[in-house]
Amino acid sequence: MNNKIYQKTLEMIPPLSLLLLWELFVLIAVLDARFFPAPHVILISLWEQITLGYYWHDVSSSLIRITLGFVIGSVVGVAIGISIGISSLCRALFEPIVAATFPIPKLALMPLIILLFGLDELGKVIVIAIGVLFPVIIQTTAGISNVDQTYKEVAYNYGASRWNYFKTVALPAAAPSIFIGLKLGSGMAILLIVAAEMQGASAGIGYRIWSAYSLFDIPTMFVALSTIALLGYLSYTVIEKLEHRVISWHRSPQKERDASGKNKD
Amino acid sequence: MQVEKIRIEQLRKQFVKKNKMVEAFHSISLQIKDGEFVSIVGPSGCGKTTLLRVIAGLELPTSGTMHIQHHDSNQPLNAMVFQEHSIFPWMTVRENIAYGLTMRKVPPSIKKSIVDHYLLKINMVNFAESYPHQLSGGMKQRVSVARAFANDPEILLMDEPFTALDEQNRLLIQQELLKIWEENQKTVVFITHSIEEAILLSDRIIMMSAHPGTLIAEYEIPFPRPRKIEEIRSSTFYKNMFNEIWMQLKEEVEKSRSMEGMLPI
Amino acid sequence: MIASKVAPISERTSESTVNRNNDWYFRKPVSSKIKYGIPVSLILGWELVVSLSILDSRYLPAPSHIFQALLVAVSSGQLLADMQISLYRILTGFILGAAPGLVVGLLIGFIPFMRMFIQPILLAIRPIPKLALLPLLIIVMGIGEASKITLIMLGVFFPVAINSASGVLNLHQQYIDVARNYGASKYQFIKTVAIPGSLPTLCAGIKIGFADALLLIVAAEMIGANSGIGYRVWMAYSIFDMRMMFVSFIMMAGLGIASTMIIRFMEKRLIPWNK
Repeated sequence: MNNKIYQKTLEMIPPLSLLLLWELFVLIAVLDARFFPAPHVILISLWEQITLGYYWHDVSSSLIRITLGFVIGSVVGVAIGISIGISSLCRALFEPIVAATFPIPKLALMPLIILLFGLDELGKVIVIAIGVLFPVIIQTTAGISNVDQTYKEVAYNYGASRWNYFKTVALPAAAPSIFIGLKLGSGMAILLIVAAEMQGASAGIGYRIWSAYSLFDIPTMFVALSTIALLGYLSYTVIEKLEHRVISWHRSPQKERDASGKNKD
Repeated sequence: MQVEKIRIEQLRKQFVKKNKMVEAFHSISLQIKDGEFVSIVGPSGCGKTTLLRVIAGLELPTSGTMHIQHHDSNQPLNAMVFQEHSIFPWMTVRENIAYGLTMRKVPPSIKKSIVDHYLLKINMVNFAESYPHQLSGGMKQRVSVARAFANDPEILLMDEPFTALDEQNRLLIQQELLKIWEENQKTVVFITHSIEEAILLSDRIIMMSAHPGTLIAEYEIPFPRPRKIEEIRSSTFYKNMFNEIWMQLKEEVEKSRSMEGMLPI
Repeated sequence: MIASKVAPISERTSESTVNRNNDWYFRKPVSSKIKYGIPVSLILGWELVVSLSILDSRYLPAPSHIFQALLVAVSSGQLLADMQISLYRILTGFILGAAPGLVVGLLIGFIPFMRMFIQPILLAIRPIPKLALLPLLIIVMGIGEASKITLIMLGVFFPVAINSASGVLNLHQQYIDVARNYGASKYQFIKTVAIPGSLPTLCAGIKIGFADALLLIVAAEMIGANSGIGYRVWMAYSIFDMRMMFVSFIMMAGLGIASTMIIRFMEKRLIPWNK
């Protein structure tokens, strides 16, 4: 137990010393304070934004857009991925469309989406949903079509119907891969919110970055950068926690290695 | 033949698992003669692999002493044949067999003739330039055995090398091993689950107890060499020997089964 | 029953599968008519729907018009020029990002002290979407080529660094044991085990890095560029030229597919042992 605390403290040293070094470098003017404000200046800016009340408004505006876009994108993505994975006809229908649109960077689709759906909330949510959609479709399809042949044979041998097979074999076997898609999608959502809030927004973390850019307010920009990074980290962690809940039987390759490691006998 | 090669006294190994000290084995005293083929059998989890890894120098014992005679310092002391997945997937069969020689910077021409010799011995001349993913499980283990012999060590350590193979392949590879071994009479420490394999191959069988492991019995195997697997298997002496060893091993396996829940695996 | 009437084998098996309703198991592949018919009819349908004015051609131009615009862009040399400048930015940024990424990743992988020091910093900066750094980069480096190339460099650096480190750190224990048991020196271990063993993971990192580079070029050319495939998309948006926008999509998709194929080809060459 003590060992763990010791370990954690040890891990805190490099980032903390980096912050101290940063502070020091600004103080002795090795780093240009206009571009890289000292950590304490950034903290003060954070405090101001909180007391002025717009910090939480920014966070909640972005969070709502991200969450809506993520939920829509992942639900539609899993549905399309499953239909491709279990029906040959759906595969023939969707696969060429996905293959043709997947290589286009999702950011490039943003102007088209803005033109089709407008600059307001709907357009932003759809930008994020499209970004989430593709990795989820691809990972879901891969997960379902790569089910171990032996499991398939067991299901068939025990007389499973299509629905039974899907429910008891295909979906659980594909779950780890689907979660990879969700994680990739959440990363994409965090990236796209910055682009989506560049235009036609009046609040949001992405909006704050661009407004700080035009106002040359670098401390505010650093606050927004750290916030979006934290958000990215948290969303990843939440999905990972969910994954452990949903597929507790699944062991990551790393853990498997540990379990079958050298002291097995 | 009667020169002592390995002497182990009161050897003990503990390791930390989930913040608890676990004993792998204790009070092991053992002498192995030069050129002797010794097998170690015991229930799973009894620490036999750990014992072999300590002899190989891959792990340090917690207490006790171990003396190994190293006659010729130009020759490697030991080479190990691992359970499975130990030949490198990124090297061809030839490069894998040559691994130890490459590490010792043996001149290419000598290296080539040694590797060619063992390719012939394991009947894999036509696979010299193949990569492991093109080979069957039996072939991979043959390469693993050839790699160890090609390195020409004073001691061969084998950790259940044939466990993953099917019966037919196992019989053939056992015969091949006997043939290669009878040519150069190296000291061998061989770990196996199979009583049959132990009797067929070894001069002496050592039995370990259920976890935490220690030595509980020893059997001399008096069959003359060179041995023919088929002849030995059909003799009454073999059958009696098998039963005698199994009766004792059975007790240990039952003990270890009853403790299974407590094992650190 | 069975003996009284012996049905031909083929008939019997097909009967049993139908009875057990297990057509999911013996999945019949879709006929090639349907397989190729669907994309063709999708494009024809799109053409038809636009020419019948069911879809507004100002928003979704007909495929034939897009194709025309593509031909014009090719013959005028504009497409080639856009490709050239974007590829220059992508490749420069890619090399400038991948090389230090590899070095930092290997340092983390091989030297515990470096791991302790660099890894937390790397993990702290990684979750920042690289796109969000663009405004800061423009402020610090100006609006020219440097900020664009640096953005791509940053996008490539992280996946390459993290994957090369994890490739080394996640080497199978058994391979490490073999190298030790056969007396490999530190240098021999790195050369014969660590580097080949971590190549597949490293290649995955390079693929991710390149995909990120293709995404970030669109952002980098959004502000202060007057050429490049990313610029062309935003240009098309601001002058509401949807044909040009779709032509840009085709160019980007082509670039993405071509780069994937090239990387895959090099991977096969570099890692012939991989299945």
